[in-house]
Amino acid sequence: MSRLSKTPEQTHAILRRELENIAPEADLSQLDNDADIREELDIDSFDFVRYIAAVCDALELDVPELDYIEFTTLARAEKYLGTLG
Amino acid sequence: MADFTMPSLGADMIEGTLVEWMVEPGDKVKSGDVVAVIETSKGAIETEIFVSGTVQELLVKVGETVPVGTVLATIRSVENVRHPAESASESAMPIPQELKPVTVATSRPVATLKTGIVRASPAARKLAADQGLDLADISGSGPGGAVTLNDVQAAAGMKQAGQESGRVSRGFDPASMRQGIAAAMARSKKEIPHYYLSTEINMKPAQQWLAEENARRKINDRLLQVVLPLKAMALALRKVPELNGFYKNGEFNQSERIHVGVAVALRGGGLVAPALHDVDSKTLDELMQDLNDLITRARTGMLRSSELTDPTITLTNMGENGVEGIFGIIYPPQVAILGLGKVMERPWVVDGRIEVRPVMLASLSADHRVSDGHRGAVFLNTLDKLLQTPEAL
Repeated sequence: MSRLSKTPEQTHAILRRELENIAPEADLSQLDNDADIREELDIDSFDFVRYIAAVCDALELDVPELDYIEFTTLARAEKYLGTLG
Repeated sequence: MADFTMPSLGADMIEGTLVEWMVEPGDKVKSGDVVAVIETSKGAIETEIFVSGTVQELLVKVGETVPVGTVLATIRSVENVRHPAESASESAMPIPQELKPVTVATSRPVATLKTGIVRASPAARKLAADQGLDLADISGSGPGGAVTLNDVQAAAGMKQAGQESGRVSRGFDPASMRQGIAAAMARSKKEIPHYYLSTEINMKPAQQWLAEENARRKINDRLLQVVLPLKAMALALRKVPELNGFYKNGEFNQSERIHVGVAVALRGGGLVAPALHDVDSKTLDELMQDLNDLITRARTGMLRSSELTDPTITLTNMGENGVEGIFGIIYPPQVAILGLGKVMERPWVVDGRIEVRPVMLASLSADHRVSDGHRGAVFLNTLDKLLQTPEAL
């Protein structure tokens, strides 16, 4: 796992960008940062893992499977990724 | 000489529109090559040919709508090759064309995957390369935002997108897809005498093994839990082969190969169940890789015709939706469907004591014209047993 070199704003932008790639039909402007993206955007486990993998690729890091739960909301993911910095 | 005809890609399909030729007269083709994109009322399908030879003449122009069975092209054939689904069957049973869990393309306007790969048809990719164009810079109008030949031609200034008279929309039509599902399911309920069985499976060994295995892997190499029952069901089918094949014209044709149709829900509605091929003989890593590819293509409208006609049995995993179990409706002419429910913590008796275990309900819907409950029970019990030793899968 590499150290995170992105600012919180950059991390936030990456999270949203990758989420948009996974669920392009969704209006993310209406998405609450504390909402469970799996429920709000109808994302199954396959796309959920794809989303996490895409974020990890963009941030050049790897996260353990046990931490996938940290990506269920944008706010939680941002906070979690912030702890890696 | 052989004919390449408009295929039937669904019980309700009576005609199709040629969206794109991927070959020209004089091109050599081999069995399995994608030679055309066919638009049905449910979306666009990359369509393969099942003869090898040289393309002699293209008889139908892009944009033309013709009935199923119409000769689209003539091929100076080297050999006739049996369709995969046909060869999977011991007899000369026709291709299971009446099946069709439906179409493919979704309306998702994304062509660029996280990996940076741009969805594009082979012809579009070739032209872009010839023209020195980057596919990532071209806005795709195909299924799921895929870049089509027309898009590349437009980007290259060769013509305006949509200018071609034969240009058709390749979007996914939820209403038509629903009609297709309705037709197949109504036929199934009417014709197939279903019987239903279920069993609860202790998933602790599988989950433990998977957690340890994934802990050693990078994120892109990890396995999803579903590949374990996927492989296990294929191995169980070797023991109970009468659940694997097609019932047509009053008789059952058992398939020698095990192609599992994986039900993939499309956001916004709709369902496809394309085939993962030869599941019993693949490793878990190969299955995960194939599943990644298949689901991604299913959701971006890039499936192939054979993937829609090949499944010899279907797997539907409703655990994703948080339900305890599902008793599926068989996709005709298949004769069985396995349903998986959510893994839930449940009291479980171990050596006379009650302990908590992660438990999954596995259900089988099968065709009573072909098998009976006893054989179905053998299948489910074998599935259970196999999942208790995941390291052996």
